[in-house]
Amino acid sequence: MIPLKPIAKIASALPVSGIRRFFDIAASMQDVVSLGVGEPDFVTPWSIREAAIYSLERGQTSYTSNWGLIELRRAISEHLERLYQVNYRPEDQILITVGVSEGLDIALRTILDAGDEVLVPEPCYVSYKPCVSLAGGIPIAVETTAEEGFRVNAKQLEAQLTSRTKAILLGYPSNPTGATMPRALMEEIVRFAEANGLYILSDEIYDRLTYEGEHTCVPSIKGAYARTILFNGFSKAYAMTGWRIGYICAPSNILATIMKIHSYTMLCAPITGQKAAIEALKGSEPQVQDMVEQYSQRRRVIVNGFNQIGLECHMPAGAFYAFPSIVSTGLTSEEFAERLLYEQHVALVPGTAFGAGGANHVRCSYATSIDKIEIALARIKCFVDKLKTESN
Amino acid sequence: MKGESVREEKRCEILNILSRDGRASAEDIAKQTGRLESEVKDTIAQYEHDGVIKRYNAVIDWEKAGIDKVTAFIDVRVVPARDVGFDAIAGRIARFPEVRSVWLVSGGSDLRVVVEATNLRQLANFVAEKLSTINGVTGTVTHFQLRRYKEDDVLYLEAEGNERLVITP
Repeated sequence: MIPLKPIAKIASALPVSGIRRFFDIAASMQDVVSLGVGEPDFVTPWSIREAAIYSLERGQTSYTSNWGLIELRRAISEHLERLYQVNYRPEDQILITVGVSEGLDIALRTILDAGDEVLVPEPCYVSYKPCVSLAGGIPIAVETTAEEGFRVNAKQLEAQLTSRTKAILLGYPSNPTGATMPRALMEEIVRFAEANGLYILSDEIYDRLTYEGEHTCVPSIKGAYARTILFNGFSKAYAMTGWRIGYICAPSNILATIMKIHSYTMLCAPITGQKAAIEALKGSEPQVQDMVEQYSQRRRVIVNGFNQIGLECHMPAGAFYAFPSIVSTGLTSEEFAERLLYEQHVALVPGTAFGAGGANHVRCSYATSIDKIEIALARIKCFVDKLKTESN
Repeated sequence: MKGESVREEKRCEILNILSRDGRASAEDIAKQTGRLESEVKDTIAQYEHDGVIKRYNAVIDWEKAGIDKVTAFIDVRVVPARDVGFDAIAGRIARFPEVRSVWLVSGGSDLRVVVEATNLRQLANFVAEKLSTINGVTGTVTHFQLRRYKEDDVLYLEAEGNERLVITP
């Protein structure tokens, strides 16, 4: 018998997410306080859930247009115009996707030929590099550091530029660092992209969770619109992670091709989620404001807590993650996360899971109640104090 | 002008926190809002002085505590008095300790009164002997509470479950 042929090289070479191992350990434990969760602790606001239930009651269970419901695309168009003064035509410049995850995948597959390079500032969301690889591209990490507030600048990008560079993949506000991008810095990056004919892929899923300053919507910058593919969705701002509704906005010539891939691979996003998303945009602003206010309060508590424990932590301006340095403990971020989990039952994610620049840091989600944050901080203090006495 | 509105927003933030948790300490609120503890204390003291904060009380599920209570919502029709309108009669009703709330409402009746008593007879006595006999009250319609689903922003339903995974990207 001839042995079975091997599976695809690209797929088998993909690294297993650094998060996976910790998940398995944590899942086997009782009384874990988790700062490891990358989703809101709020339940989707009731008005949104109710709208979805109503749509099911009326029997709205079919496919939608490949593009998504036109009513939803119109609502998104108005929403972006109102918030950022960017204009996307509902008819052919907005595509509803199954979360930003699908959007990123099909956009990368649209723009990349085999061997094309994509500049990816790190630390970044765990999927960015694998998605580039799966699309046949080569992810080029651009390391950012705590000293620069984990913001990438045009110079750093330029240093990694080659003739194969095709795109820059940005995610601000950032998971895992909470960093946001001031407009001036983003303008320089747009100039750099213009000068080199590069696409900008901008994942702005955390846009509404900006606590200080204004969110910089990339396509609103002069010169960016024609080269930018914008990703956003409902998961974070409306606490709708499980609904899996995202969207892509892009110039129609680019989006037409993205849409082809979407139509063959996904067909359309689920209709119930799309109905819920319409209600989210129509009537949930007070709930969004309320959640943002609470996240911001938790942010102050957790960041001050870390600094008091002696784990240096900058104040993140967006998303819901604190990214303290654990260098003072003398442990690697993996050791820190693993020992903390075993000894104090607090789950968080080592910074190395998010690529270059993540070493010596851990990602702590504050999308959890103040009470739990206080318990976690007390346990972390216990852990750090014990480390200090051990080393003395 | 802008500084003013930022200050207003921050003041409102303190009220939002206290409306969720009346026991939040000035220290906790200071940590959450990024202000000085002394400043938070002063602001709260001012609210208390001005009557913006009326009082701090626990929301209690009496049924769960095993204590019987009967609640009724009573629509009251009254004849408004010269000069004082509904205020005088509303004030007379409101002062009874059995009365939890009194509102002037639009619609078929004039006042909506919430009354709480330990048993049905006590409540009936209150309506028959106290409320109906007040000069100017021309009629009452009493609705007894059968089951409570939500009160003062607290749900009395099955807990909502959102079983998140322990670690997600």
